[in-house]
Amino acid sequence: MAFRSKRPEHGGPPELFYDKNEARKYVRNSRMIDVQTKMAGRALELLYLPEGQPCYLLDIGCGSGLSGDYLSDEGHYWVGLDISPAMLDAALDRDTEGDLLLGDMGQGIPFKPGSFDGCISISAIQWLCNANKKSDIPAKRLYCFFSSLYSVLVRGARAVLQLYPENSEQLELITTQATKAGFTGGVVVDFPNSAKAKKFYLCLFSGPSTFMPKALNENNEEEARESEFTSERVPYRMAQRGIVRKSREWVLEKKARRRRQGKEVRPDTPYTGRKRKPRF
Amino acid sequence: MKLLTHNLLSSHVRGVGPRGFPLRLQATEVRINPVEFNPDFVARMIPKVEWAALLEAADTLHLVEVPKGPIEGYEHDEKFLRQMHHVLLEVRTGPSLASLATAG
Repeated sequence: MAFRSKRPEHGGPPELFYDKNEARKYVRNSRMIDVQTKMAGRALELLYLPEGQPCYLLDIGCGSGLSGDYLSDEGHYWVGLDISPAMLDAALDRDTEGDLLLGDMGQGIPFKPGSFDGCISISAIQWLCNANKKSDIPAKRLYCFFSSLYSVLVRGARAVLQLYPENSEQLELITTQATKAGFTGGVVVDFPNSAKAKKFYLCLFSGPSTFMPKALNENNEEEARESEFTSERVPYRMAQRGIVRKSREWVLEKKARRRRQGKEVRPDTPYTGRKRKPRF
Repeated sequence: MKLLTHNLLSSHVRGVGPRGFPLRLQATEVRINPVEFNPDFVARMIPKVEWAALLEAADTLHLVEVPKGPIEGYEHDEKFLRQMHHVLLEVRTGPSLASLATAG
């Protein structure tokens, strides 16, 4: 959801924002349902679960069960956790397959260690970044959430958390706490150049580091951002011993090398590497 | 909620059992929900189940035909797996929200 004017987290705690009216949108509004389902699909894709095997998954901020229904459709079993009674009521009305729990993720996930094969979250964890009670410290709540999440996941399991970070500091706060809790991984940004379609997925691995999934891009071309591995070799223009250090040729070669490395280099002029007065 | 979920729940609240477990199940309403049987999934979940709590919960809900414990070579015993599948995934209590009062 692109909130151009005000972010909902600034208006108060989630259990109040997600009241009956808001919950209705998550049940009736077809565009809302479409967006949430698409994100759930992408998150499940990024989870890279083994093919054809039903898994026991955790849905953080499950809300009215839209993402959970997608998981059920894919043959998985899930447990949803949400802080808003109104949203969970809506989920009960929709008769979801998964189990629903009312609770605050910032206080930890109340499951035994190694319970879940994976975890997804759609548009939820940014709510941890704003302190609603005087006693809340966002960093502490984030750490409590991530460390308990790490514990309830099976070793080597993944968590894919789609979120709407307000700014890069917030994203950094979140990733720092996740790293402190023992996770590895990173952020996958789909459609980074589109204001509306841009989506952030925090992909966390609880085991040894594995590959990072590729982000989606509009024109499925490889952008210059990714380094290409080719077998072309850069022509090694000089035998190092042949060139006197600090001579003009040496300076020009060094500048060319830095340009190849992609660094900013002043253009070469007739004055490049000119002889200076001895006093220099 | 499914009995599997109830079994895996734990609580940070002090005084709710030795490791914050088990949470008492209130038999408000019990439904049997047919669920597609998947032997691999059930076999994977069996080692995670805490049997004492499961038996207690099954007792509270007056369930019959609950195995007393994992048997040798359970991965291949279809009858055992089907019984566990029924107990863990098909029996559902509710609908009510399980509210978790976590000590702050």
